[in-house]
Formats: sequence, structure tokens, C-alpha cells
Amino acid sequence: MEIIYLLIPLSIILVGLIIWIFIWAIRSGQFDDLEGPAHQILMDDDSPQPESGEKQKQEKK
Amino acid sequence: MPPDLDLRVRINGRDEQMCCYGCQAVARAIVDAGHTDFYRHRTHVSNTGAALVPEFIQQTQVYDHPEIQKTFVRSTGAHEHEAALILEGIVCAACIWLNERHVSRLPGVLEVQINYATHRARIRWDDSRIKLSEILQAIHNIGYTAHPYDPAQQQLARERERRTQLKRIGIAGVLGMQVMVLSIALYVGGWSGMEDEFRQFFRWIGLLLTTPALLYSGAPFLRGAWRDLRNRSVGMDVPVALGILVAFGGSVHATLTGRGEVYYDSVVMFIFFLLVSRYFELMARKRSAEIAENLARALPAMATRLVEADGTERQEIIPATELQPGDRVLIRPGAAVPADGTVESGSSGVSEALLSGESTPLAKLPGAQLIGGSINMESPLVMRVEKTGLDTVLAEITRLLERAQQEKPAITQLADRAAAWFVVAVLLLAGASGLYWWQHDPDSWLPVLISVLVVTCPCALSLATPTAISAATGTLLAQGLVTAGSARLETLARATHIVFDKTGTLTVGTPAIVGVKRDSGLGERQLLQIAAALEAHSEHAAARAVCARVSDNPLKADGITNFPGAGVSGRVQGRTWFIGNAAFVQTHSGAGHGCAAPAADGATHILLADTERVHARLSLRDEIRPDAQDAIRALQQAGKQVVLMSGDNPAAAHAVAGALGIDTVFAGMKPADKLREVQRLQQQGAVVVMVGDGINDAPVLGTADVSIAMQAAAQISQASADMILMSNRLEGLSNGVRLAQRTLRIIRQNLVWAIGYNLIALPAASLGFVAPWMAAIGMSTSSLLVVLNALRLTRGR
Repeated sequence: MEIIYLLIPLSIILVGLIIWIFIWAIRSGQFDDLEGPAHQILMDDDSPQPESGEKQKQEKK
Repeated sequence: MPPDLDLRVRINGRDEQMCCYGCQAVARAIVDAGHTDFYRHRTHVSNTGAALVPEFIQQTQVYDHPEIQKTFVRSTGAHEHEAALILEGIVCAACIWLNERHVSRLPGVLEVQINYATHRARIRWDDSRIKLSEILQAIHNIGYTAHPYDPAQQQLARERERRTQLKRIGIAGVLGMQVMVLSIALYVGGWSGMEDEFRQFFRWIGLLLTTPALLYSGAPFLRGAWRDLRNRSVGMDVPVALGILVAFGGSVHATLTGRGEVYYDSVVMFIFFLLVSRYFELMARKRSAEIAENLARALPAMATRLVEADGTERQEIIPATELQPGDRVLIRPGAAVPADGTVESGSSGVSEALLSGESTPLAKLPGAQLIGGSINMESPLVMRVEKTGLDTVLAEITRLLERAQQEKPAITQLADRAAAWFVVAVLLLAGASGLYWWQHDPDSWLPVLISVLVVTCPCALSLATPTAISAATGTLLAQGLVTAGSARLETLARATHIVFDKTGTLTVGTPAIVGVKRDSGLGERQLLQIAAALEAHSEHAAARAVCARVSDNPLKADGITNFPGAGVSGRVQGRTWFIGNAAFVQTHSGAGHGCAAPAADGATHILLADTERVHARLSLRDEIRPDAQDAIRALQQAGKQVVLMSGDNPAAAHAVAGALGIDTVFAGMKPADKLREVQRLQQQGAVVVMVGDGINDAPVLGTADVSIAMQAAAQISQASADMILMSNRLEGLSNGVRLAQRTLRIIRQNLVWAIGYNLIALPAASLGFVAPWMAAIGMSTSSLLVVLNALRLTRGR
């Protein structure tokens, strides 16, 4: 059972690491937009640009 | 700063050391103005040694410039001005108190109102007695910074707050999971036997993990409770903070002495769940604020002004705020309209989706009105600017919304007051049950005390209603119904009678001349020109139809007398003419009968007469709005009495009413008649909603319990209306009524839940049936439930 004297401090270090990564993620804006990226992958950048009026109409939907 | 400098100010009978001349001046200004209470009430020590920028004085003077004031100052009287400012450095209620007191004592300041939630100040002052820069400097003198309200800056601040809150939730969550693992080990160990050595070790680790969660993630509750106590009031945070601290303190004691139970898991879990429900609440508020802010940002920053120089036209890109009425601007396809105005040349489809929720572009031809913020979809337009800055429709709506957000409906005020008493009662009950158990079962007094403090959920009482209201306001706005006061939402839900005006409300509002019957020596063309010259001075829909028929009118009328809702008289080419409905012309002109109206044909007739005879009868017809039928039916199905009140002749009114299935019709009513009728209904106990349009409806709109103006309505009727139907689609109205009813229902559900939950949970906890961890889950679930219930209102239908 003495192993927990090693394992628990280890888990605390892990927790510290997780919190550090989490704070980094928030600072760098990973949580700022939770919806946009899901749609972004569906949009093609390389398809020919539609006429501007047409595009606006589509966005309205 | 020389190191041996000794600066002192005497505050509340004690000499206080000052760090620099600047601070000394600030402190002296506060003391001299008799505001020493600030030092007693403040809960946050101001930054010291911050350099006082000498440029600040110059900077503020810029704001006196009328050109710059145009974007954020509104004149409310001859010398009276009103501005929205944002205050920096507000950390507690005492700051609000100090600022309000200090500024309102300045000579020339008429009104100061500071909103603690938004840090926004509304200041009204007399320009002949005090300048805006002097007010800004006075605020600066007591240690705060005020600058004109800028949505972008507000947005940044809100984003920062959201990130901090996420960090708090995340840290509480991660630490909470660890603590939970240890607690399970402890529970199991307590049941199946565990060596003391390990148990102590687990407890110490629990303490180590809980402390940062308490100090960082729990900080908002501790700080809130501290602020409440300082102000000698009890808010929602007091029992929460007390519960956390008691549980934490008891656990620390148990850890140190090795006796008793630890509740680290309950502490962290409670903080985590409560933060999550507050986060949801923040999101709900943010969403409705965002819709309003999008409106404010709809005006583009830049505009293309057309300037004529040396006979050639030149394009000039200027900031949109510099536009003046009379300027001509070019609006390219895809660009937003920079101000209110009329189309001068070009034709295009323009989307007013942002304002009305209606995405189909509207056709705009020369002479058509353009609203700032709408988007030109098809081809270039040249517009003549008519209104800029704070006079625009968009600014008007933004202001209404701001007022709506600052107003608290009666039900919220009641819940707030009840919540305060509730908290006091809970604290007393917690003390009493703690004492009882101390005497009867010394082992369990601590868990009972913690449970009672934690299980109560006053948030459900005072959180539920505002969340529901702000969610509903946001949804209504997205459907094109702008609410000027959230209290009206409640009234709208209770409405029994919905009174419609006809012209421009149930009908499109732009009647066209369908026939002219002459009885005159003058030609039809000339008669129409005379009519148009007179009607140019009237706002009535019929008048606009006459004017629209005649282009480039050579005739001008003078000596105009306007009889709202009836007609106009005036002189054209030296002769006195009367134009208006039959009753008006016959009583005022003395011309007797002529061109008598034919049998009821649903059209509106106006007569043109001089002092001797009636010269012509103009027949006008106005199309019924395409969605009127559905909207009226929906309202009738919702159990509302639909009434039509029209200034038009009975035939026209009945024709429209018949087509729409409205039973109660009042025709030929003057504004005073409508007023009397509405008052009569109200005396019978009816709650009247008036939907109207046009200048002659303003007094009736003011009398009705809830007034709704169509967006095309003249500005004056919007000023006295409680709601504006931006979309001009009556569907928005029936949806609005339904949503208001749903809002009221959800508020009731929330209140019933809150009361029921507390009635069951409190006695159970004080009798010792509820373990602290159950209390933490129960309370958090309850407040999450009311917030989520309110959020249902953000979904359509």
C-alpha cells in the first residue's frame, strides 16, 4: 500500500499539468467560439466565389 | 517623487499618508466635498501612484466639440443634453454611491443614473451651466475614469469576464474530480476499515486540493458575501459563502485533530455546480445583449460621400459619423446604409433583416426611405442623408432597448425582496437547527448546519425571473418586436382586447388613388395638383397617396391648418381649399353636399372643396396585409378580443373587418373617440393592447395598457409606444403575444419550483435527513433547472 505515497503525488502533478494546459487553452482563445469551427470545415475555400449579392442571400438563411 | 516628501490628508479624524500630489488632490477633493463615507464603505482599495495624465484634461475637452458629441450625446431640451458614459474603476456598490452623489451635486447636472451591472452611466445636464468635459474631470477627480460608451470596449470586458469564469469552472472541475476520488476511498475505508495512517494522508491531500478551488474558484461567492455584509445587507451569496466556509473550516479542524468527518468533496462540488449555473445565466444575458449590440454596430464605420466640384462628381470616403443631413452618399451592393435617408437615384433590393427579421429584400426606388443599418443587396444606390447619429431609427431602437434592460418588472422586485427575507430566515433556521443538534447529538451538528446552509436555493427565486425576461426580450427582438420595457411583457400576456388601427396596420398603409370624380370647371390634373399641395402638409396615409400621384407639383399651399385624422385646409393661388373626409369638408367649407359618396364599396373617399362647392371626390383603396388574416386568427384562438378602430368611413372599415373576421368594428372615429372607447374598455376591466400607426394615434397609444407601433409609424407615435413592430409583419405580433404568455408561464413555473423545493428541502435538511453532498447536488440542480427552463424562451415557437 505504500505505493500510494508515490501515486498520489504523481496524480497531483498530473492535475497541475492539466490545469496549466486548460489555462493555456483559455488564454489562447480555444474556447472563444465553440460553434464556428464546426461549420468552418464544411465550407470550401477553393470553390469559385459566387456573386456578392447571391452570397449575402445565402448567409441570411 | 522626492523620497522625504510627506503628504497627508485628514480623513475621518485620522491623518492619512499620501503617495503623491495626485492622490493627495483626489483625497482632498473627496473629503472637501463631504464624501468621507466613501472611505468607510469602499470594499476595494484604489490603485495608488497611477500617474495623472495631464493630457487627460485636453482629451476630455475634445468631447465638448459638438461634432464629436453627435455620436453619443442626445439633446433633450433647449440646453439639456443626455449622454451614456462608461465608468472604469467601479468595483463595488460604494463606488456607485460615491459617483452618483459627487456628480449629482455639480451645478448644472440634472440627473445621474449609474447601472452597477453594466457600469454604464446616464447623465443629463444643462449645457449652459456645465460642460461635459467638466463632468468628466469631476469624475476623474475622485479617482474614476469616464468615457463615452463604446460597445466594442464593453464587448472586450465581457469577453474577459467569460474567460475568467471558464477558468474558475475548469479548475473547480478538475480539482473536484481528484477530491472525489479521495472521498470515495475515504467512504469505502470508513465502511470496510482503513488504517489511520492512510486516512490522515488522504485528508491532507484533500485539504491541499480543496484550498485552491476555494480561494480561486469560490472567490466570487466569498467576495459577493463580503460585499453584502459590508453594505449591511444579505444577498444570495451569504448563505453560499457561509456554507462553504463552515464546511471547509470543519474539515480542516477534523484533518488537524484527526477526529470527525471531512467534507472537502461537498465544498468543491458545490462551487463547481454553482459556477456552472451562473455561467449559463451569464450566457443568457449575453445573448440578448448581443442582439441589441449587433443593432448598434449595424451602421458602417465609413461612408462614400459624393461631392460636386468644378462640375464633376467626386467620391470621398469619410467616417460615417461625419455625415450631415443633405449629404449625398453612394451605397454599393453588399454595403450597409450609413444613415437614414431617401433614395435619390438607382433602384435595388434592400434587406432590413437586422431590423425586422424579414430576410426578403425590399424593392427601393427613387423617393423610398432607407433605414441606416439595412443592407443594399443588388445594385448601387445614391441616397440623400436625412437623419444621422442619434436621430436615426436605429439609435431610437437601441435607446428603447437600453431602457428595457434597466427597468425591473414588478414581479422581479417582489422576488428580490422576498429573496432577501428568505436568506435571513435561512440563516436563523441554520443557527437554530445547529444549536438543537449540538445539544442532542454533538456528532452531527456540523453536517446539519452545512446542509441547511447549502441546500437552500434563493437563486431560484431572484435569478429565475430576470433570466426569463432577458431571454424573452432577446427572442422577441429576433422576431422583429422591440420591447421598451420588460414590465410590458407581463401586461401583454394578460391582455384581453387587442385594438387595431386600420390604415397602415391591418392594411399596407400606402393606399393608391383608384378613381377621381370631378364636379368642377377645373381639369383633373389641376385638381390633383391642388390636392397634393395641401396634402404635402399632412402625415396621413391618404395624403401620401395623393402626393405620390403628382410628381413635380408647381403649386404651393400656405396658411395651412391641419386637423389630424380629418383633413387639411389652406390657401392655394389665393383661394381657400379644404381636403379631407366628407364630414370634415361639409362642416368646415360650408360647400354643402356634392360628389356624394357612392354605396359602400370598401374604398376610402376624400373630398376636395373650396368655400363654395365640392370640386372632386378622390377614391382610394388600400390593400390588406397578406399575413393579417393568419395573425388575427392566431390572436382570436389565443382568446383575445380583436377590435378594429378606424377613422375611415364605415364601409371601408367593415370591408376590411369582414375580410379578416373581426366582429367588433368602430368606424369613423376621431382620435378623441378612440381614446374614449379605449378608456371605456379599461373601465370594464379590459387590458387593452393598441396597435397603431400614424400621428393621430399617439394619444391612444399612450392610454392603452400596452401600445405597439408599426415601424413605419411617424416618430412621435414611436416615442409613446411600449413596443415597436419592426418587421411590419403582423405575424410578429401574434408570436409576441404567445411568447409573452409563455414567459409568464415559465416565470410562474420557476417560482413554484423554487418555493416548493425550498419548502421540502429546508425542513428535511434541518431534521438531518440530507447529507452535505446531497445538499450540494440538490441546490445546484435546482438553480440550473430554473436557468435552463428560462433558456427555453430563446428557442422559437
